[in-house]
Amino acid sequence: MKTATEVQVSIRSDTDIVIARQQARSFAAQLGFSGTDLTIIATAVSEMARNIVIYAGNGEITIEAAQDGAQKGICVIARDRGPGISDVARAMEDGYSTVGSLGLGLPGTKRLVDEFHVVSKVGEGTTVTIKKWRR
Amino acid sequence: MEVPILKQGDYLIASIQAALSDEDLLKLRDELADRVGRFRSRGVIVDVTVVDVMDSFASRTLRTTAHMLRLRGAETVIVGIQPEVAFAMVQLGLTLEGVTTMLDLEEGLTFLDQQKKRRAKRAK
Ligand SMILES: Nc1ncnc2c1ncn2[C@@H]1O[C@H](COP(=O)(O)OP(=O)(O)O)[C@@H](O)[C@H]1O
Ligand SMILES: [Mg+2]
Repeated sequence: MKTATEVQVSIRSDTDIVIARQQARSFAAQLGFSGTDLTIIATAVSEMARNIVIYAGNGEITIEAAQDGAQKGICVIARDRGPGISDVARAMEDGYSTVGSLGLGLPGTKRLVDEFHVVSKVGEGTTVTIKKWRR
Repeated sequence: MEVPILKQGDYLIASIQAALSDEDLLKLRDELADRVGRFRSRGVIVDVTVVDVMDSFASRTLRTTAHMLRLRGAETVIVGIQPEVAFAMVQLGLTLEGVTTMLDLEEGLTFLDQQKKRRAKRAK
C-alpha cells in the first residue's frame, strides 16, 4: 500500500476529535511508528483537535510526513480561525486555562512531541504545529 | 459508541470502548450515577483496557465520575490502563489524583471485595 502524502480532517465536533486521532494513529503506523509513539501521537492530536472544537468551534488538522536531513517523522498541523490566544506564554503554563479545565493541553502536548510551535493572532486564529521523529 | 454497563451483584462494571467521544464519556458518567442509585451499588469498575488515548478531557471526566460516585456511596476503580497510555498520561501531566487504579478487572474486584469486608467489620 502506498502511503498517502497528506491527510486532512476537518474538525467541527467531538466526534471529529476521535476521527482525527484515529487518522493520526494509522498515518503514523504507515510511516513506521509503533507502540508508545503511536499512542503519544494520537494523544497529542486529541488535545490539538479538542482545542479547536472548544475555542474556535471549527478548523482543520493536517497530518503529513516530515523529513529533516536523515530524520524522518510525522508533522501535524492544527489550524483554526478562532479568537486566537492573547498571551501564548501563559497558555503554555501548566494548569493555565481560561475555561477552568486542566490547562495541560498545550504544555502537555509540547512534552509529548519533539517539536512544537504555536502561532496565534487575536481575532485571526491559531496554528499549532508538532513534529515527532522516528526513533 | 455507548459503553456497556454490567451489573454484577453489588457492583457495576463499565467497559469503555476504544473510540469514545467526549459526549459518550459524559453519558457514561451520568448513567453510572443513575444506576448506582437504582441498584444501590457499592462499587464500580471502569475498564479502560482497550482505550488507546487517555487525554486531559477523558482523564478529568473519569476523575469527576469517581468523585461523584463516591458521593453516591460507591467506590470506583479504574482498571486496565495500558503501559503506553500510562506513559502518555504522565507526559501530559495527568495524575487521576484521588482515584483508585488497579492493574486489571480481577484486581479491581478483589479490591472492592476487601473494601466491602472492611465496611462490614466497621459496622459491627
Ligand atoms: N485554538 C485555540 N484558540 C484560542 N485559544 C486557545 C486555543 N488553544 C488553547 N487556547 C487557550 O489556551 C488555554 C490553554 O489551553 P490548554 O493548555 O489546551 O488547556 P485547556 O484547554 O484545558 O484550557 C485555553 O484555556 C485557551 O484560553
Ligand atoms: Mg485544551
